[in-house]
Amino acid sequence: MMNIPLLLPTEWVHKWLSGFMPETAVSITEMVLIAVAYLAFFAVAGLYLVLLERKIAAWIQLRLGPNRVGFWGIFQTIADALKLVSKELTGTVKADKFLYNLAPYFPIVAALIALSVFPFSKSLQAYNINIGIFFLTAVSSIGVIGILIGGYGSNNKYALIGAMRSGVQVISYELSVGLSLLTMVLLTGSLQLSEIIETQRTGGWLIVQGHIPAIIAFMIYMIAGTAETNRAPFDLVEAESELGAGYHTEYSGMKFAYFFLAEFINMFIIAAIATTVFFGGWLSPFGITDGIFWLQPFWFILKVFLIILLMMFFRWTYPRLRIDQVLTLEWKYLLPLNLMNIVLMAIMVWLGFTISW
Amino acid sequence: MAQETIVKDPFKTEEYMINMGPQHPATHGVLRLLLTIDGEIIKKVEPDLGFIHRSIEKMCERDSYQQIVHLTDRMDYLSSHINNEAVCLAVENALEIEVPDRVKVIRTIIDELTRIASHTLWWGVMGMDLGALTTYFYGFRDRELINDIFEETCGARLTMNYNIPGGLMFDIHPNFVQRTKDFVKHFKTKLPEYDQLLTGNIIFQKRMKGVGVLTKEDAISFGVSGPVARGSGVASDIRKIHPYSAFDRVEFNEILFTEGDSFARYNVRIKEMWESLSIIEQLIDNIPEGDYKVPTKAVIKLPKGEFYQRVETARGELGVYIYSDGKKNPYRVKFRSPGFSNLSALNHMAVGSKIGDLVAMMATLDLVVPDIDR
Amino acid sequence: MDLTRVYNFFDYSFLKKKNMTNNELQNLIEPWFSGLEFTEEETQFLTLTVSKENLYELMQKLRNEYETQFDYLFCETGMDWGATLGVIYHLRSTKYGHEMVVKVHTSDRENANIDTVCDIWRTAELHEREIHDLFGIKFNNHPNMKVLILPENWEGYPLRKDYVDEVNMIIR
Repeated sequence: MMNIPLLLPTEWVHKWLSGFMPETAVSITEMVLIAVAYLAFFAVAGLYLVLLERKIAAWIQLRLGPNRVGFWGIFQTIADALKLVSKELTGTVKADKFLYNLAPYFPIVAALIALSVFPFSKSLQAYNINIGIFFLTAVSSIGVIGILIGGYGSNNKYALIGAMRSGVQVISYELSVGLSLLTMVLLTGSLQLSEIIETQRTGGWLIVQGHIPAIIAFMIYMIAGTAETNRAPFDLVEAESELGAGYHTEYSGMKFAYFFLAEFINMFIIAAIATTVFFGGWLSPFGITDGIFWLQPFWFILKVFLIILLMMFFRWTYPRLRIDQVLTLEWKYLLPLNLMNIVLMAIMVWLGFTISW
Repeated sequence: MAQETIVKDPFKTEEYMINMGPQHPATHGVLRLLLTIDGEIIKKVEPDLGFIHRSIEKMCERDSYQQIVHLTDRMDYLSSHINNEAVCLAVENALEIEVPDRVKVIRTIIDELTRIASHTLWWGVMGMDLGALTTYFYGFRDRELINDIFEETCGARLTMNYNIPGGLMFDIHPNFVQRTKDFVKHFKTKLPEYDQLLTGNIIFQKRMKGVGVLTKEDAISFGVSGPVARGSGVASDIRKIHPYSAFDRVEFNEILFTEGDSFARYNVRIKEMWESLSIIEQLIDNIPEGDYKVPTKAVIKLPKGEFYQRVETARGELGVYIYSDGKKNPYRVKFRSPGFSNLSALNHMAVGSKIGDLVAMMATLDLVVPDIDR
Repeated sequence: MDLTRVYNFFDYSFLKKKNMTNNELQNLIEPWFSGLEFTEEETQFLTLTVSKENLYELMQKLRNEYETQFDYLFCETGMDWGATLGVIYHLRSTKYGHEMVVKVHTSDRENANIDTVCDIWRTAELHEREIHDLFGIKFNNHPNMKVLILPENWEGYPLRKDYVDEVNMIIR
């Protein structure tokens, strides 16, 4: 059974529910409640990430972003979500109906499952499985199926080209993501996410502990992470200037919203993995406020926000790469670099050259 | 026999024809390209024109000479002043009118401002095509300053009908000189910023170097002109070969690069902006006094004969060929547009490269489709 | 390679081969074929009228001959003189700098046929398609003689002088 750590409100709910339901029913109800809470929180968070991106883009481009709907445009994406929900679900005549309708669910489901393993604070974690990082990479690989099926099932040449490009890109960069995370696991000795944070609480953040290989691993991870989520400078999949809109050309309304939201939640996931593994998760710098438990999620969100800011800066500054340049970068440069980095880190751990206090 | 089955070759491949259609974010205007591709490699590019054909040449046969001037600035709307100047110069040379010095200098200054405006728009859109979406806004911010200067003097921001045969339509606004000087000072701080943002970027360079190579012999054979030809080593600046207006009394360099790839064409245009700034600086302080136009008859009739006038627009050589038989309407007018010849080189450059390269090539060719279709 | 500074350093005109004046061009080209007419009145270039049969050979010689080397065709215009149709070629030499105009007439208005020059100058491919579209002159040996600007089912040739279109043309 799942191991749901108890926090004060969860204790009250647990006690109240076990008052009038048998044990299994209590567990199932609690699972449903947590799922609904996550869904609600992250749907709204995804919407606000979109608004944040629009505001940052406007700031870089010397203009104001959305500022009509609510103060500073706060209700803009809610208005957009309402619009998307009420749109007509179009589709092409010759599209493969089953595949076309099935495709949008894969990325969003994969993203939401992957969200469940993150520790937001010492006792706020939905699923503390002991193969944490392995589970994460495995589940986020499911999302690519949705892209391929969506592109093929749309019966549109442009969508097919976009889907093929995306498929090959995501599959290639998963290697780099996995290997750079593996480099950090060498320092902690455990795949479980809460264990990783324990190691960082006693010894300092992992990026400081394994200095040179960890910094190299972080840079490789950022590059591969932006490529995984099909964001610029690797966004030739949805290159608006070349192909219209790539694999989600033929989708409209709620199905398009699934693809769109899945991209932003993926960005959140990549940033959250980076904070957990490299920057200490919910720990505060130098351990100043570790005891105060309601500050811990605040530190987590702040670090994730900074890394998301970095990813957004990439998008609005750099031009995009061509597909053969993307693949050359991965297979000829990042992968050998990654493998050498692992060896370097292993040697450093064996000789005890890591910095820790 | 019925037992005989014809088995198709299981590895037979067919060509995949894609339409980069008239409405498309990357083609600047309504240009339809039929691409035959094999995976990602392009086999053939065939342009399909005519979506914005407005029969300007036929209309010129029924209009008077003053009315033709106003049709030309809709052709290549980004260098509209230069287009107007071409027809006005043709008519003035045919009638052998000598315009005052003031007119020549003002025409040259506004020519160069138009060229800078066209090149900043090209730079902004080029970044946007390649994925750096911010450059669009930076380019337009500077173009707005030039448009404001034009609006004060000529009355319009895009299609400025400021030239007439015989001079200018009205005199320049009193603020013109000061605002142009302020603009030149402001723009000199911005051009190095643009260089830093786009030219030095390694991703950008890798997408442009070696892409769309046009050798010098091919460039001459395809009849290209303007920055496309100068990027391939053909020295074809009309301002130097057949000078007109005040270009024979300013000093400026003609930019030549030899490689012929997209990066060379890009560099030619960036350096041309610097040269335009230096031309404006040489002329802006000494605008001679005098009349702003020479009075012509109300009904202009050119003598019998053929007249050819060429100017250097931001895209290349625009030629105006007027065949007149003495009446008040021309018998035939032909506009030799630079985009038409530049487009014919696209198929030759694009065979064997990828779709992403095609977008980069079209961005450096700087096609404006109303210019091609007329 | 940036040749700007080198090219603009000093005036290269003394190094360029001298271009030929109109008289010299006329004296050079006249003996090549019979029936060539030269004129210089009412125009700023040396104009040469050639018959249809000699057109292709004349163009080839103009391109390849050492003293002329007209390698830049910068304007190709279709023309309707009332009785005859024709094409006007504006040629320029990037090496020497001299320029010339060549005209050719054809009196057959139903099936006008002129030899193509697009294997001599590749810019003629698109120009000749446009002339075919708007004037109705067919070019022999052209690799891709299709309509360019007008839709495929358009009847008539708009730029001819006897073209009448009640619906679209506004005549004052």
